[in-house]
Amino acid sequence: MITFDEVTFTYSGADEAVLRDMDLRIGEGELCLVTGRTGVGKSTLLGAVNGLVPRFTGGHLHGRVEVAGQDTRDFPPQEFAHLVGVVGQDPLAGFVTDTVEEELAYGMEQLSLRPEVMRKRVEETLDLLGIAELRHRALRTLSGGQQQRVAIGSVLTTHPKVLVLDEPTSALDPTAAEEVLAAVVRLVHDLGTTVVVAEHRVERVLQYADRLVHLTGDGGVRDGDPAELMLDSDVAPPVVHLGRLAGWRPLPLSVRDARRQAAGLRERLSPQLPDVPSTASTQRGPESGAGLTARRVVVSYGSLIAVRDVDLELRRGEVVALMGRNGSGKSSLLWALQGSGPRRSGTVDVAGSDPGELSARAARALVGLVPQTASDLLYLETVEAECAQGDTEAGATPGACRQLLDGLAPGVPGDRHPRDLSEGQKLALVLAVQLVAAPEVVLLDEPTRGLDYHAKRRFTESVRALAGEGRSVVVATHDVEFTAGAADRVVVMAEGEVVADGPTADVVVSSPAFAPQVSKILHPQTWLTVDQVAAALAPQEASA
Amino acid sequence: MSSSRITAGLTARFRIPRSLHPGAWWLWALGMATAASRTTNPLLLLLIVAVCGYVVVQRRGDAPWALAFRMYLLLGAFIVFMRVVFRIVFGGGQGETVLFTLPEVPLPEWTAGIRLFGPVAAEQLLSGLYDGLRLATMLVCVGAANALANPKRMLKALPGALYEIGTSVVVALSVAPQLVESVQRIRRARRLRGGTQRGMRALRGILIPVLEDALTRSLALAAAMASHGYGRTGRTAPAARLLTGFLVLTGLLGVCAGLYGVMDSSVPAYLGAPALLAGLAVATAGLLLGGRRVRRSRYRPDRWRTAELLTVAAGVTAGALMYVTTKVDPADLYPSLSPMTWPTLGLLPALTVLVGLLPAWLTPPPALTPPQRAGPEHDEPARTHPAAEENARRETSKETVS
Repeated sequence: MITFDEVTFTYSGADEAVLRDMDLRIGEGELCLVTGRTGVGKSTLLGAVNGLVPRFTGGHLHGRVEVAGQDTRDFPPQEFAHLVGVVGQDPLAGFVTDTVEEELAYGMEQLSLRPEVMRKRVEETLDLLGIAELRHRALRTLSGGQQQRVAIGSVLTTHPKVLVLDEPTSALDPTAAEEVLAAVVRLVHDLGTTVVVAEHRVERVLQYADRLVHLTGDGGVRDGDPAELMLDSDVAPPVVHLGRLAGWRPLPLSVRDARRQAAGLRERLSPQLPDVPSTASTQRGPESGAGLTARRVVVSYGSLIAVRDVDLELRRGEVVALMGRNGSGKSSLLWALQGSGPRRSGTVDVAGSDPGELSARAARALVGLVPQTASDLLYLETVEAECAQGDTEAGATPGACRQLLDGLAPGVPGDRHPRDLSEGQKLALVLAVQLVAAPEVVLLDEPTRGLDYHAKRRFTESVRALAGEGRSVVVATHDVEFTAGAADRVVVMAEGEVVADGPTADVVVSSPAFAPQVSKILHPQTWLTVDQVAAALAPQEASA
Repeated sequence: MSSSRITAGLTARFRIPRSLHPGAWWLWALGMATAASRTTNPLLLLLIVAVCGYVVVQRRGDAPWALAFRMYLLLGAFIVFMRVVFRIVFGGGQGETVLFTLPEVPLPEWTAGIRLFGPVAAEQLLSGLYDGLRLATMLVCVGAANALANPKRMLKALPGALYEIGTSVVVALSVAPQLVESVQRIRRARRLRGGTQRGMRALRGILIPVLEDALTRSLALAAAMASHGYGRTGRTAPAARLLTGFLVLTGLLGVCAGLYGVMDSSVPAYLGAPALLAGLAVATAGLLLGGRRVRRSRYRPDRWRTAELLTVAAGVTAGALMYVTTKVDPADLYPSLSPMTWPTLGLLPALTVLVGLLPAWLTPPPALTPPQRAGPEHDEPARTHPAAEENARRETSKETVS
């Protein structure tokens, strides 16, 4: 269905090719997962399928890309509309019209289908994706998962043979991600659609993939059976790491497969208990006081109550994960705690003062917040300039920001434009700018979006280090694996209220949506991460 | 089966709520505006405003633009007020019935003919009032069309050759709220960094991320539109495209000149109806030529049905009859200012205006959105704003309810 023939692609001005001599054949009805670390060219590969690369990106593409025998060299992307449906990373940015029904019809209008055909297909698609009750709704008012499903629907109505999805679930909470993936799998099974999907959260998609295309980062590509490639892939979800550790063959890709092989491992682990992260506040003795105390916080927008009477106490040296579905009030709470967002009533106390009543400058010296779109904070041309500006803003000694940045992410080139940094580096830069003000409380809103496993691991270390210095850290996140690895305590919000608050293991293990893969596999034992399991097994191996 | 039952069935079908073709409302409103342009009789003008207002109240939907009618009424009142004020300030002093005298401001020689303040005559006030009222009434007619017809559907109903323009306008309309939203988001982010800067430097800190955001978004949108197949038939010869553009533009200019001629009875006759018709013909030819090369279909297009035709007929009749009345009996339409007389409401012009009221009954009622969808939260900007989370939360809770 899709053929890449000797494809080499170089962005204009770049020295090295992103893709080099790539040969790839993807058959009809395959679900093909594209993996690789950030910046290895996953989006480039996806864009090349219908010719958006290089026609919309610039650069030089050498070789041949064909879809159903149609060459991207001969036709512009428009002429691929009936063959290839493309859904970008941010569905909202790709919407042309403003209501669900019109968006679904838009592609068909361009293909000049007859009105009665359009009516029928719109109804079918609404049902297929389970969005019939949203048909008259304005696109901007939908939740993330709903938007993603509408975006998929809008390309499905033209009955494309190939569906290209770039990071379809990275912004979604676990349940919404399941909904989207269920819809995609249904397409593959029922309609025989070929699906090419790139995703950082490999653990969500891997079990459905028929084929894995792994970009190695040097322009090369490996493709083949997922279980085989995952044996030594540098991008692998926890289930695969656990499988490698336990030596399971064939390598399990889903929790279900792993559980069936896990009886032995559970037995080996049964005499032991997981090692609780060492920086937990209980072990820190007298100096571990309250970093932030919030009482009866209410946030409302007009008549809507976003946060309802929330009490929250953050201890020093503690990492708290704030979880909950999209729209449960997590961001509103963080902004209210920092003092920049609206707060209708309630009190926040940090070291004796309320950040909401202080000037912006004084507030950020108490509580630092890294917002969801972290790059909003950056506006200068180089990393150096941003760091210098950060020092001035915080009144710190020159070079302090750069030093912090080097601690978080060593080797970020100072003359680089912040826009050209990788997601992980960008996050480190924004975090450094906020840390210069030396806040005792650090709040992070969805920081792991767009980070690959390596960047996430490094970020986990940074977060633990911040807590180790005695700061209180709150991370709002959908990422259960990150939570399992980094958090001491989990607070779950729903409808603006706190519905669960307790040590990570207690909260996530019992929850079907928030449990990490390792916990699901080794249930009822309370292991959360592969590292814990490895640490427990190490003495056994040594003695054996 | 009795004929009365058949009629009853037809009426029932006819009265199924739906929104009318936007073009029908616009033509009706233009007819009413033409009628208004033909008279300065305040009684007639107020009658036209009343007719428009009644039809709007009866047949508007519950969308945001439908509530804009009030704004047009206020704007109309403002116009009338300004006209009268101008007549007082730049008096001119025509008329004998001086009501009161304001101290005149002496002006230099070269401003001969202009006078500031001075005696204020009843005639000059009345002429300002009549004039302003006429303009305001025409504006209210346009406002009625805006309140009754969905502006986006109007753009969709544009001829095929103008499709690209329509799309650009739709996209541009959606960009404005997005920009506002990014400005808000980035201002909040700036506060997080301390926000110590003032003036130009602070502006730079907001402007650059906003522009970057807007550029990234427009690139993403362009790519999305291309992959949806937008512009699939962009392979016509440039010459054909040029000819289409030329015909359409010339035609539209002709239509403008013609309309001017029809509205203003003092211009030469050839600039009136003949120019209008010729312009229409040329523009139509251009649009047909352009539309032929466009291969694109419309999802759920608005159709012209009986109700639409009746609406247009009502508007056009009102306009045309008033036009005829000017020729037959202009006395009632332009009340005399010297000597001043009370304006009278002639039977024929009054009936003419009342014809415009017919759509209030001859059209099906508007389709209203079910109550659970209408709501203020849909006007709020969503996305990455904390409020967005809240919106989404409400949506989810609604789902669980329904």
